[in-house]
Amino acid sequence: MTDLYPIIRSQEFFKEFSEEDVHEVAGCATNIVLHPGQYVFREGEPANHFYLVRHGKVSLELLLPGRGVVVVETIEEGEPLGWSWLIPPYRWHFAARCDTLLRAIALDGECLRNKCEANPKLGYHLMLRMAQMMESRLQASILRMLDVYGDKH
Amino acid sequence: MTRTLRIGDQVVLDRERLAGLFEAIRKLGYVVHGPILSDGAIVLGPIESDRDLPIGWRDRQDAGTYRLERREDDAVFGYAVGPHSWKRLLFPPKRSLWRAEREGARFHLLPIVEDTPKLALFGVRPCEMAAIRVQDRVLANGQYQDSNYASRRRQAFVVVADCHEPGGGCFCASLGTGPTEQGEGWDLAMTEILQGRHRFLVRAGSSKGLDVLRALPWTETSPADLQAAERQRQRALRRMGRRMNPEGAKELLYQAASDNHWDEIAQRCLMCGNCTMACPTCFCVTVVDRTSLDGSQTERERVWDSCFSLEFSYIHGGSVRFSPYARYRHWMTHKLASWQDQFGTMGCVGCGRCIVWCPVGIDITEELETFRSRVGGNREAVR
Amino acid sequence: MATSIELTQAARDPMIPVPYVVERFLRETNDTFSLELEPFDPTYELAFRPGQFNMLYVFGVGEVPISISGDATDTKRLVHTTREVGVVTRAMRNLKAGHTIGARGPFGTSWPMEEAKGHDVVLVAGGIGLAPLRPALYWILRNRDEYGKVVLLYGTRSPEDILYSKELAKWRSQFDLEVHITVDRATTEWRGNVGVVTKLVGRAPFDPTDTVAMVCGPEIMMRFAVEELTKRGVAEANIYVSMERNMKCGVGLCGHCQLRGEFVCKDGPVYRYDLIEPLFVEREL
Repeated sequence: MTDLYPIIRSQEFFKEFSEEDVHEVAGCATNIVLHPGQYVFREGEPANHFYLVRHGKVSLELLLPGRGVVVVETIEEGEPLGWSWLIPPYRWHFAARCDTLLRAIALDGECLRNKCEANPKLGYHLMLRMAQMMESRLQASILRMLDVYGDKH
Repeated sequence: MTRTLRIGDQVVLDRERLAGLFEAIRKLGYVVHGPILSDGAIVLGPIESDRDLPIGWRDRQDAGTYRLERREDDAVFGYAVGPHSWKRLLFPPKRSLWRAEREGARFHLLPIVEDTPKLALFGVRPCEMAAIRVQDRVLANGQYQDSNYASRRRQAFVVVADCHEPGGGCFCASLGTGPTEQGEGWDLAMTEILQGRHRFLVRAGSSKGLDVLRALPWTETSPADLQAAERQRQRALRRMGRRMNPEGAKELLYQAASDNHWDEIAQRCLMCGNCTMACPTCFCVTVVDRTSLDGSQTERERVWDSCFSLEFSYIHGGSVRFSPYARYRHWMTHKLASWQDQFGTMGCVGCGRCIVWCPVGIDITEELETFRSRVGGNREAVR
Repeated sequence: MATSIELTQAARDPMIPVPYVVERFLRETNDTFSLELEPFDPTYELAFRPGQFNMLYVFGVGEVPISISGDATDTKRLVHTTREVGVVTRAMRNLKAGHTIGARGPFGTSWPMEEAKGHDVVLVAGGIGLAPLRPALYWILRNRDEYGKVVLLYGTRSPEDILYSKELAKWRSQFDLEVHITVDRATTEWRGNVGVVTKLVGRAPFDPTDTVAMVCGPEIMMRFAVEELTKRGVAEANIYVSMERNMKCGVGLCGHCQLRGEFVCKDGPVYRYDLIEPLFVEREL
C-alpha cells in the first residue's frame, strides 16, 4: 500500500497536505486501470470510492428517458472524481464512463471517513479540499446555467 | 483716437455706438447670433442690431425655476444665461452626414458637403466661452475631429460679454470660469457699465477683433471706468447663487461609485435628459437613418443624444446602464471626474443650466458635497 | 451616381462608410455567419490589426460595430463573422454575393501581438468571441517561430454552435498548436469535453510565469477566465480582454461607448486587464 505514497504526493489535490496526512490517505488507496467504454461507476450504485484521474478522460453521464445518455461534465487528468462517497446515503447520482484508457487512484470511501473521524485535523483538510472542488463545480454550473453565449456577444 | 490700438488694449464704447459694432461685424460677412426674447425666455437667435437684444430684461433663476422680469434700467446684458447654449450653433442638434442611393443590389454613398456658415456669436458669457473651449478639446483637438464643428468654430467671430447679473443657479466664480474671467478663444470682450453714462469697456483678443474695434469710435478708458467695472464685478461675485468645490472631485466620485446615495438621487431624477440638452459641454450624439418610402434613398443624420436614455448604452440583449442610478451616476461622474481623464479639464463650467432646467431641481453642487461628506466616513450603507 | 472622386472623399472622413461588394456569404452555425467583402475601389488597400473592428452599414437599415475575423495580411478581402442578434445583423443575413455593404474603420486597439513575442500564448474564447481572436491566431501561425507554446481554449453552448469547425479540426491536427474545445451542453454524438471553458485554463499546457493571455467572450465569462488565469499564476498585466459597448461613431466622438473615462471604441476594445480591472467589477458603468 505505501508504494502509492509518491503518486498521491504528486497529485494537485493533495498538494497542501502534510507528509503525515498523505501517508494516512495512501493507506486507503489502490491503483486502477480501466479501458475505454468501461464504467468507473453507474448511477444508483453504492458510492464506495473517491477517484483521482492520473491519465485519461471520464464522462459523467445521466440517462434521460426519451433523450438518451447526456454527458453533463467531462473529467480529465489531475482532476478529482466523485463526492457521493462523502455524503449519505453514499450512492452515485451519475455514471462515470471512460472515454479513453483510464489510470486513476481509487481511495476507499469508508476507509477515508474512518480516518477523518479518528483524526479531525486530517478530516478538516480533506473536507476543505472537497469543499473547494464543490465550489468550483458549482461556479461552473452557474456559469453554464446562465447560458452566456445565448443572448449576448 | 490718437494712437494705434493693440490686442488687449481696453477702450470705451458708448452705448449709442453699439449699433455700429453690429454693422462692423456684419460688414465682414458674419451672420450674427445672440440673445433674444422668445417664449418667455432669453434664447439664442439671429440678430440684426442692438435693438433685437433683451434690453431691460433680467432672469430670475434657481433650482427648477426660471422667469423673466423687467429691469429698472436699460441694461443690454442684464441677465445670466438662458436654456440655449452656443453649442446649438457650433454643434447643431441635427446635421446630415451623407446620403445613399440604391441601384439594384448596389448603393452609392454621397457625402453631404456643407458650406459652414460664418457665424458671429454675440454676448457669449465667460462661462460659455469656457464651455466652447471644452468642446474645442473634445470635438476639434483630439485624435479624431468633427470637421463640421472645427470649421464652424474656426470661422466664428466671438464677442464675449462679462456677466454682471449672475443667477441663482450660477457657480462660475468657484470654478474660475467667470463672471469676468474670459480666458482665451474670443475676438472681442465687453464689460457693460451701468453706473453713470451707459457704456462698454471693450478689448480685442484677436486680429479679427482688432480690425473691428479699430473701425469703431472708441475713447480712452479713465480710472473711473476701471473702478466702476471692478465694483460691478464685486457685486456680481456676491450675487452668485451657488458654489462648487472642485477639489478632489475625481477621486471622490470614483470612490463613491457604489454609494447608496445614487439611488436616493435616482428616486428624484425623472431621466428626462434636460440637463444634457441644456449643458453647454455635453457632446453625445447618435445617428438616425431616414429612408424614403420606396427604399431607393436614405440619409444619415447625427443628432444630439442623452446618456439618460436606455437606448444610449444598449448592446444586444439589453442596456449596460439599465438602472436609473447608473445613468445619473454616469452623467455626473462624466462631468466632474472622467472628463478629466479624457480631456484634462472638468466637463462643468458652472453655468447652472442643469440645476435651473431640471424639472425637479437636482443640484449638482449639492450632490457633490453630499458625496464628499459620505465618503468622509459618515456613510451609513454601502451598496 | 457616385464618382470615384466622391468615393475617395468618402474614404477620408471617418464617418462616411466605404462601399464594399459582398463576395461570399458563409453560413457558420445556426445563428452565425461570415461575410467576405471586397472594396468597390480595387486600389483601396485594406490594413487592420488583429482585434480591431469595423462599423458595418446595411443600406436603409443601420450600422453596427463588428470585429474583423479575417487574416490581417490579406489586403484585398475583409472578413467579418457575426451573430444574428438585432435588426442590422438580421438584414446582413439576407445579403448575397454582389450586394453592397458599407464599412468604416478599422477602429480600436489590437491584441498584443508584439508584446506576446517570445512568450507562451493562451487564447481563451467564448462563443462568438472566437471571431475577434481568429486574426490573432492567423498572425501567430504566420510567425510561429516568434512565439512559445500556443494554446487555444474555446467554449460554446453546444457542439452545433462551434464556429470555424473545419479550421479548428485542421488546427487540432497541428503539432505546434494546442486546441481544446468544450461545450456547456453536450449532444449524444459529442465525444469532446463537457464543461465551462474556464475549466480548461487549469490544465492547459503553458508556463504561467511566461504567458500572454488574450480573452474574448461575454463579460461574465471573461471575468471567470481571468480569475482562473491568475489562479494559475498569470500576471494581470499579461492578460488582455476585449470589451463590448454601444458604438455609434467608432472614433470617440459620440460618447456612447464610455466606460468611465474610457472610450471603448478608440481606447479599446482590447485592454490590458490590470488597467481596467476596477471598471470590470463595478456594476453598470
